[in-house]
Amino acid sequence: MKVLVPVKRVIDYNVKARVKSDQSGVDLANVKMSMNPFCEIAVEEAVRMKEKGVVSEIVAVSIGPIQAQETLRTALAMGADRAILLQTDQDLEPLAVAKALAAVANEEKPDLIVMGKQAIDGDNNATGQMLSTLLGWPQATFASAIEVSGGKVKVTREVDGGLQNLELDLPAVITADLRLNEPRYASLPNIMKAKKKPLDIKEAASLGVDLAPRLKVLKVAEPAKRSGGAKVENAAELVAKLKTEAGIF
Amino acid sequence: MAVLVIADHDNASLKDSTQKTVTAALQISSDVDILVAGQGAKAVADAAAKITGVRKVLLAESDALGQGVAEAVEACVVPLMGGYDAVLIPATSQGKNFSPRIAARLDVAQISEIVEVVDAATFVRPIYAGNAMETVQSADAKKVLTVRATAFKAAADGGSAAVETIGAGDGAAKTRFLDQKLVKSARPDLTAARIVVSGGRAMGSAEEFQRVIEPLADKLGAAVGASRAAVDAGYAPNDYQVGQTGKVVAPELYVAIGISGAIQHLAGMKDSKYIVAINKDADAPIFQVADYGLVSDYKVAVPELMDALTAAGL
Ligand SMILES: Cc1cc2nc3c(=O)[nH]c(=O)nc-3n(C[C@H](O)[C@H](O)[C@H](O)COP(=O)(O)OP(=O)(O)OC[C@H]3O[C@@H](n4cnc5c(N)ncnc54)[C@H](O)[C@@H]3O)c2cc1C
Ligand SMILES: Nc1ncnc2c1ncn2[C@@H]1O[C@H](COP(=O)(O)O)[C@@H](O)[C@H]1O
Repeated sequence: MKVLVPVKRVIDYNVKARVKSDQSGVDLANVKMSMNPFCEIAVEEAVRMKEKGVVSEIVAVSIGPIQAQETLRTALAMGADRAILLQTDQDLEPLAVAKALAAVANEEKPDLIVMGKQAIDGDNNATGQMLSTLLGWPQATFASAIEVSGGKVKVTREVDGGLQNLELDLPAVITADLRLNEPRYASLPNIMKAKKKPLDIKEAASLGVDLAPRLKVLKVAEPAKRSGGAKVENAAELVAKLKTEAGIF
Repeated sequence: MAVLVIADHDNASLKDSTQKTVTAALQISSDVDILVAGQGAKAVADAAAKITGVRKVLLAESDALGQGVAEAVEACVVPLMGGYDAVLIPATSQGKNFSPRIAARLDVAQISEIVEVVDAATFVRPIYAGNAMETVQSADAKKVLTVRATAFKAAADGGSAAVETIGAGDGAAKTRFLDQKLVKSARPDLTAARIVVSGGRAMGSAEEFQRVIEPLADKLGAAVGASRAAVDAGYAPNDYQVGQTGKVVAPELYVAIGISGAIQHLAGMKDSKYIVAINKDADAPIFQVADYGLVSDYKVAVPELMDALTAAGL
């Protein structure tokens, strides 16, 4: 079985994003970039399936600037077999990414696509669902457990109030939630080995899909500031303030 | 230009994120219809019909809709979209599950988690865990919007719209619902509660989480939330997670106990009206957003707080 794992290069989750002073966007110059954490979870899941013998090949794919190669090398170091970079400097919206991934899927014909539920830059939580629709493959979002057997996949999903189990025919699209697994750190020998694994670079434009953004960003501003930082000495003072100042009780 | 709101519900009752989404919808158009897609959900449709400003309620029922299967919701909604210029969906885990499918099927962008309607084509949404607010303008023929309910006031009751039953559309041949385990809580809904008490990694165990957080929540009539660390460690259920990738809450009072205040956690609660933080580390980032910070071991502070609340007549 072949698995496709789309991975995105984003601001590192430990870094607090800062808005550019001209309000044209978020300042990413000299900011640490990493693989989107949910994509790491997706790669980890694919690697575990391979270790269990359920999966024979893992292909990581990213759409983005040339630097996204680093993200793909990380996926290779974690255990992906080969990688595809669809290079573009265009700003990408989920619909464009989903269309590009659908084109890749039509070419690669994977049995399963495992991806992140959300990229922590745009916080869209949309690409996997869109890809599922475009391909006409069944979907399971927010997965916390995945079990493949007999041409089907059982997925446990995190839903409001608990957990839900779905069974999907393959091929299918699954998006990973936080509790699916804990991604490994790539070991030094595996990082060295990853340098020799195949990484194809193609122009995203060569896919022949429309990648143009549909939305015009008018401005990117700082959120309203909270005036926090005040302290109370003890619980009695806290309750008094909640009563008189905040009017909670 | 008419707009459609897809109701948030559990087949039995309407969730107040629907009323809040109606408020956002009314800022786009005065012709607002609500779709209730579910099973055995007549009472939900009747409740939706009472919301002021709603033109009519559409009720579609099937097993797959009742189970919230995304493909089924898409198949139900897309044919309706010929009659609407926009569809607004509460940004709940259920809404997020199907809304992008509708956008992709209509070949339009989804604008996720709007917090402000500037005009019928222009919206504000948080990005980067709420560290930036993006204003976007859409030129798409139809708009697909998910709505962050906490950013809008609930539309009041007082209407009496007609309820019209419509076809459910196709099921989802390649997706089968097996089962689900839902825990019914007597507490107020986390995203709608007036007060939220959340516990973090400091609790150290599920037993301690329950021993410390639950009685305080009971006393305050509050919903219970948790940090990711507490959920990952199994101290609290998954859907208690507050944050960038969990639930977004904006109660009148948010009480964070033994939570450090990571960017991802703040993203889910920093729009609360008042924030209380109890943490033994005076440098914990949570204090930067707290209106009332109490530097203390929770083992000392929470019992004292319980006593002080009792003394105040609670
Ligand atoms: C992709 C991604 C998504 C994420 N999404 C979320 C999310 O949605 N929500 C979320 O919450 N996190 C999220 N996180 C995790 C986040 O980065 C933090 O790791 C997490 O919020 C930390 O939880 P915590 O504050 O409970 O634990 P810690 O950071 O370990 O903090 C524990 C705090 O308890 C205090 N403490 C310890 N003992 C006591 C005591 N006896 N009395 C009082 N105080 C005490 C400590 O001083 C400390 O400040 C995400 C992370 C990633 C990578
Ligand atoms: N540019 C991209 N390249 C590859 N995968 C992507 C890209 N953008 C988004 N994805 C995938 O889609 C998931 C959800 O992203 P989003 O819908 O943007 O929140 C991510 O976790 C990735 O798996």
